[in-house]
Amino acid sequence: MAGTVHTAGHAHHHEETFLTKWVFSQDHKMIGRQFLVTAVVMAVIAMMMSVFFRLQLGWPGENFGILNTFLGDKWAPDGILDRNMYLALVTMHGTIMVFFVLTGGLSGTFSNLLIPLQIGARDMASGFLNMLSYWFFFISSVIMVVSLFIESGPASAGWTIYPPLSALPQAMPGSGLGMTLWLVSMAIFIASSLLGSLNYIVTILNLRTKGMKMTRLPLTIWAFFITAVLGVLSFPVLFSAALLLIMDRSFGTAFYLSDIFIAGEALDATGGSPILFQHLFWFLGHPEVYIIMLPALGITSEIIATNSRKPIFGYRAMIGSILAIGFLSFIVWGHHMFVTGMNPFLGSVFVFTTLLIAIPSAVKAFNYITTLWKGNIVYTPAMLFSIGLVSSFITGGVTGIILADSTLDITVHDTYFVVAHFHIVMGLSAIFGMFAGVYHWFPKMFGRMLNTKLGYAHFWTTIVCAYGVFFPMHYLGLAGAPRRYYEYSEFPMFDAVVDLNVMISIFAIIGSAAQLIFLFNFFYSIFKGQKSVQNPWKSNTLEWTTPVEHIHGNWEGELPTVHRWPYDYSRYDEQDYMPQTVPLKEGEEDH
Amino acid sequence: MSNFMLFIVVVLVVVAIAQLSRVYELGRTLKKHREEEISEANNKLNANLWIVFMFAFYGFFIYLTVAYWDKMLPESASLHGETIDSLMNLNLVLVTLVFFVVNTLMFWFCFKYYKKPGQKAVFFPHDNKLELFWTIVPTVVLAVVIITGLVAWNDITDEASPEAINIELYSKQFDWTARYGGEDNTLGSASFNFISGTNPLGLVTKESITLKLAEIDEQIAANADRLENEVMSDEVEKALEVSQRRLYAQRARINAYDVESANIISGYDDKLVKAEFHIPVGKEVKFVFRSQDVIHSAYMPHFRAQMNTVPGMVTTFKFVPTITTDSMRVITGNENFNYALLCNKICGSAHYNMKMDIIVESEEDYNAWLNGQKTFAEAYGIADKEEGIAENLNN
Repeated sequence: MAGTVHTAGHAHHHEETFLTKWVFSQDHKMIGRQFLVTAVVMAVIAMMMSVFFRLQLGWPGENFGILNTFLGDKWAPDGILDRNMYLALVTMHGTIMVFFVLTGGLSGTFSNLLIPLQIGARDMASGFLNMLSYWFFFISSVIMVVSLFIESGPASAGWTIYPPLSALPQAMPGSGLGMTLWLVSMAIFIASSLLGSLNYIVTILNLRTKGMKMTRLPLTIWAFFITAVLGVLSFPVLFSAALLLIMDRSFGTAFYLSDIFIAGEALDATGGSPILFQHLFWFLGHPEVYIIMLPALGITSEIIATNSRKPIFGYRAMIGSILAIGFLSFIVWGHHMFVTGMNPFLGSVFVFTTLLIAIPSAVKAFNYITTLWKGNIVYTPAMLFSIGLVSSFITGGVTGIILADSTLDITVHDTYFVVAHFHIVMGLSAIFGMFAGVYHWFPKMFGRMLNTKLGYAHFWTTIVCAYGVFFPMHYLGLAGAPRRYYEYSEFPMFDAVVDLNVMISIFAIIGSAAQLIFLFNFFYSIFKGQKSVQNPWKSNTLEWTTPVEHIHGNWEGELPTVHRWPYDYSRYDEQDYMPQTVPLKEGEEDH
Repeated sequence: MSNFMLFIVVVLVVVAIAQLSRVYELGRTLKKHREEEISEANNKLNANLWIVFMFAFYGFFIYLTVAYWDKMLPESASLHGETIDSLMNLNLVLVTLVFFVVNTLMFWFCFKYYKKPGQKAVFFPHDNKLELFWTIVPTVVLAVVIITGLVAWNDITDEASPEAINIELYSKQFDWTARYGGEDNTLGSASFNFISGTNPLGLVTKESITLKLAEIDEQIAANADRLENEVMSDEVEKALEVSQRRLYAQRARINAYDVESANIISGYDDKLVKAEFHIPVGKEVKFVFRSQDVIHSAYMPHFRAQMNTVPGMVTTFKFVPTITTDSMRVITGNENFNYALLCNKICGSAHYNMKMDIIVESEEDYNAWLNGQKTFAEAYGIADKEEGIAENLNN
């Protein structure tokens, strides 16, 4: 086998040791799996955090032994969650989910696995940078997790870490060492993300196999490509923001601080602006939403086309809308800041650009639905999750219209309405996309199949519980209930709606428990799942032309040549799919 | 004990999982079932489940909407709030409509087009007319949303009229203080440099400048004394040195303070209140916001008003209250009802307790209440001290 790989000339087969194969691997398939397993661990941690603070929100002041078991006497005396720890859990849940699970985990897993396989490349442009990207991600994950165990507690200023709250250790315990570790971890995370993104861009542009024109790329690759571009352009801005915050915290500068009197003394910082941080943060923060969403949408495009046995409707329109979303995502960040005191006219501009984004988003949703129309739908668990994604993308997307309208935002800004909106449109959609990807490409990753029945059980409990958790939050928010409140007893005006919190918490607990089905299925199937065939879903894309057992260089012998776009499903009578490697018949046109 | 129980549970779960996996393996070998082959029964099952899910989801939506319809915010208590509410209703109707139509289409297709033997999907890769249709329709609808929204936004964020009552809302961890302009309806200058136990908002008056300088000098001397004579740990010493540096800087800032251009006269009659503040019905109120330590947000949900309070910055929001507290108690049928000001930006451990009550009343009642409040000069005894301070200055 090694000899045949050598014939291709690119991949050099080395004698592999345990260390180079399993730990410091430079093979994109292994790195993808490493990202996935790390992300699964981080997701479990972040999910448990959400259960902990949901216990407090559902039943404030009740004693829960489990809180004491996990958090100890300092943070949960008598099983009652400490209010500082509550904020810390909210903060870390957001941070881990947004960055470590849905950015690092989602892009890291699927960009790594699929880019070389779907464009017909032996590996990433730089295997070494790719390995570094994973290990930076790993180190930053470890630092973030370590910050949970320090004396003064982890960062607690919200995942958006607005200064001065995050800049002053006097302001809250979590702004001490915990925040320092948060910033260090994020700086390393950003390095990881940049290394990964640069690699993805270079690989997609330069290493496409013969015949793989940009207009023959699967939509997954288009999505990963634009995602990487967004990451490269926006993450450095967060890096600068974090760096300036580190300077303010430790070296006496005043980029974000001015006129502050705290803990009995006037600080000597003058001339800085807390709003500057928000501009920098959201300049990343908003593209970040699409860094999370686009890969999930790309994965969905692929899975919906495959399992509807139909071409994705409007392939070029889909690429156009990805490009439009990518571009617009850079000029909408101000919609997070309508009530910060930002100039109202600037606010109007952001209203306009933000609502524009709804147009390409609507095009995508309609195209998915038209793809389903008159299809021949095969309900694999991956397909169920993909449809779940489209549903949550619609349900969460429409409330974005309300939040993008500065006038309406005055009432619902920073309430549970926002929590409902972004959890459904971004959290749910992206995690559904990630699950869909895992179910669909598990055979490619591990050479084995996940159990389908368990997949069904996992999907249906998850979607029911997920809507059960987030849908009622709209009503809490319309009643004005602010987010990040430890409890609501000080405000009788919320008495009529806080009972919703009990229902939400119950759904959250059941939904979290349901993830055990997935965890079991995942780890069990890695070792004991049914062996996969080469092309289990009868798919057109190149990854299914590689052997089931992973080999260095992906293809034995020569790289495949591409003759057509990836969506020739149900075009011919003899079989309902036509791999990209099959030449067009004479006189036939490509799409 | 509970740890032991936990351990037992974990062991049992592991055993259960091991057993389950054996059952699966056996079952699979018996049935020769392949995971990638989705049976027709399973396709049909999931297709039907989509319809069941759709009805359950819509049922949930309708249940929540009916059950919580009147538990949403009571009718708005401000003039612009009515505009916001009518826009909100328009938008909610719009998005609900889209939500139902698009979700229903999708769930219906999911139900109808599951794979059946001998059936083939339609090869339908694109259609420019359709694409154009669903690009243009959202564009037109969004144009309406944008225009109506921005017209209202311009109105709400417009300058307050000169007759508006000026009230400052001042936030710190973890409470609010309201300050009225007094007789002249003008808020005197204030700065964080002058904050002290007796001057919580840092109002600038002749006396507060002198007092603060004296206080700083005293503290500097005390710190210097400790640094010289006291045996202390490195940590304490370092903290003291930082504190000294800050005090020197503060003194320098106060000395450089532009007293000429600051409004140090109108501070005397300003009125500071805590716990609750009053506003007159039907009069425009212009709020200015300042913050002492971190960012807070002044959220007054009944008035559809929200603005962040940012250290180092002054932000504003204006509105006209339209319903008195008493009328609202009748409307809500709750005799204990009070309008509330709450903090809506994460600000630390007691973020969830930062509350101030708002009383809306007739202009007469409002004036009577305001007359009963002490001025800054009265409350902090500055008038009496004036002579003593003058003496100090001469020395």
